Amino acid sequence: MSRGTLFDKVWEQHTVATLPSGQTQLFIGLHLIHEVTSPQAFAMLRERGLPVLYPQRTVATVDHIVPTDTVARPLQDALAEEMLQALEANCRAHNIPFFGIGSGRQGIVHVIAPEQGLTQPGMTIACGDSHTSTHGAFGAIAFGIGTSQVRDVLATQTLALNKLKVRKVAVNGSLGPGVYAKDVILHIIRHLGVKGGVGYAYEFAGSTFAQLSMEERMTVCNMAIEGGARCGYVNPDETTFAYLRGRPFAPQGKNWDQAVAWWRSLASDADAEYDDVVTFAAADIAPTVTWGITPGQSVAVDETLPTLESLPEAERAIATEAYAYMDLQPGQPIQGTKIDVCFIGSCTNGRISDLRQAAKVVEGRKVKPGVKAFVVPGSERVKAQAEAEGLDVIFQAAGFEWRNPGCSMCLAMNPDKLQGRQISASSSNRNFKGRQGSAAGRTLLMSPAMVAAAAITGEVTDVRAFL
Amino acid sequence: MSKIERITGRGLPLRGNDIDTDRIIPARFLRCVTFDGLGEHVFADDRQSGQHPFDLPQYQGARILVVNANFGCGSSREHAPQAIARWGIQAIVGESFAEIFAGNCLAMGVPCLTAAPAQVQALQTLLEDQPTTELTLDLQVLTLTAGDQVIPLTMAESTRQMLLSGQWDACGQLLANQDKIHEVAARLPYVRWAVS
Repeated sequence: MSRGTLFDKVWEQHTVATLPSGQTQLFIGLHLIHEVTSPQAFAMLRERGLPVLYPQRTVATVDHIVPTDTVARPLQDALAEEMLQALEANCRAHNIPFFGIGSGRQGIVHVIAPEQGLTQPGMTIACGDSHTSTHGAFGAIAFGIGTSQVRDVLATQTLALNKLKVRKVAVNGSLGPGVYAKDVILHIIRHLGVKGGVGYAYEFAGSTFAQLSMEERMTVCNMAIEGGARCGYVNPDETTFAYLRGRPFAPQGKNWDQAVAWWRSLASDADAEYDDVVTFAAADIAPTVTWGITPGQSVAVDETLPTLESLPEAERAIATEAYAYMDLQPGQPIQGTKIDVCFIGSCTNGRISDLRQAAKVVEGRKVKPGVKAFVVPGSERVKAQAEAEGLDVIFQAAGFEWRNPGCSMCLAMNPDKLQGRQISASSSNRNFKGRQGSAAGRTLLMSPAMVAAAAITGEVTDVRAFL
Repeated sequence: MSKIERITGRGLPLRGNDIDTDRIIPARFLRCVTFDGLGEHVFADDRQSGQHPFDLPQYQGARILVVNANFGCGSSREHAPQAIARWGIQAIVGESFAEIFAGNCLAMGVPCLTAAPAQVQALQTLLEDQPTTELTLDLQVLTLTAGDQVIPLTMAESTRQMLLSGQWDACGQLLANQDKIHEVAARLPYVRWAVS
């Protein structure tokens, strides 16, 4: 059993009670909600006549269903409009802060909470969205929940949970040029598997993480869930504090110094005990691309796709299924795979540093004719910042479409979808069958810079040749 | 809430590892403000051929779904277990489950139990060969009986207790500790900073 880790300390400080079943009742410091997984939870509250216990500890935005071309109301999709109206009405009725379209604060929930300073070290954070693990980048315990649990948090600001084990995932050394945080997490999942993290929180540690920016740490923690770990985190350090200082909801004045002292005290002790420890070398990580239908099915861009015989027996059936669905062959190089659509955005890679890296590749070049390429900033704030830096001009000059913020084609709940058997190069987080809106659509996950390179050449390309 | 001790009925074998919640209920069906009607869209994309186990006549009316490893991975959408339950499934037996999915099932009173991979696969074969086999899932003794076979099952003891005692919907228990909730909130520094 782990001891002395950030996870242990934060868990202990938020423990309300031990329930008769043996589960822990855990206080949730920050609850984030959006239009998809909350309306049924509010309906359950109404059925039971329950109020929201701590309305100011919940923050709402709209992200999954928003169209990215025009956001004029009413939304063209009547179902999307109904969901947005339900969220607005629920927030009004319960006095919950809502960051709506045009507020300057709207965006993907996992982009806006950090940029507003709502996400802070030492918090427990829950949201009806599996990518809530993102917020662990700040040294928070953050995890996704379902709608019944959204109800529980609204009604009680707590959840009934079993404590997770803690695995330290250390990566040491400096990343090479053209290798990004996305490659780090794809590499980790490739080696630990998509269910390797079930039952664990992942503590991302080592000298590589010490060098990563907050946005890069968010990219890694975001995809902890793709490795089966409901929650991933990085211990807070000077990088964390520097990011938070001065943000709208960060502690101010005399509270700031107290906060930093408290945050420091929560970091895992030097002699902390873990349930498991694994170590990777940054030097072994190359630009990485998925080829299959799970985020664990990936190769370095200069590798060939694995033969079935080279895979562990337990992975052969899903690999066979993946090859048939993707129409790719064992032994072929991933480089050169033709691409139809390029998507830059999502809660994994829709932040300003992601757009800067992609723009650097795109600048002065043109999107390959026949390729549809578009950029969806993660939030209104990211969009404004990118426009202030002229990134929108660079993208549009190259032939990219420049859109409004939202989840967009990561999960295709809005009009942005693949068509038929189209294949995308995508900076998002899931390559599941049908994920991007077409039952036969195919997704290759990669870093935003790699997506940008694919847009220029029309095929999977090693971005290192562009730098 | 009802106590869940025993579930009987026919089984539905669904083979494959890493079946994610996007496949269980594709995102386009999440454009809704209630869970009503989700049952008819369960596995909508996978069922286009009409040969999916959820479409085969011999499995209509089945109560117990039998799956392989890492079932329910991906998105946290409760719409996924809601769609499965509204189709008619009352319990799921598998090699392993994704955590958020299993938690969502518990909150709905749908037990997710694990068994050894070889036994799960043998059970799937049995249900493919003899779909009319009656299954009895007993949470008291953690077994699944299929004909003359008795398969040992596992689940977290806390989860089992919540189902057996009828306390699988935690909301009431959580609310009963309201004083303690306020005590913890008062002790957490960031709650103070936000109001000062």
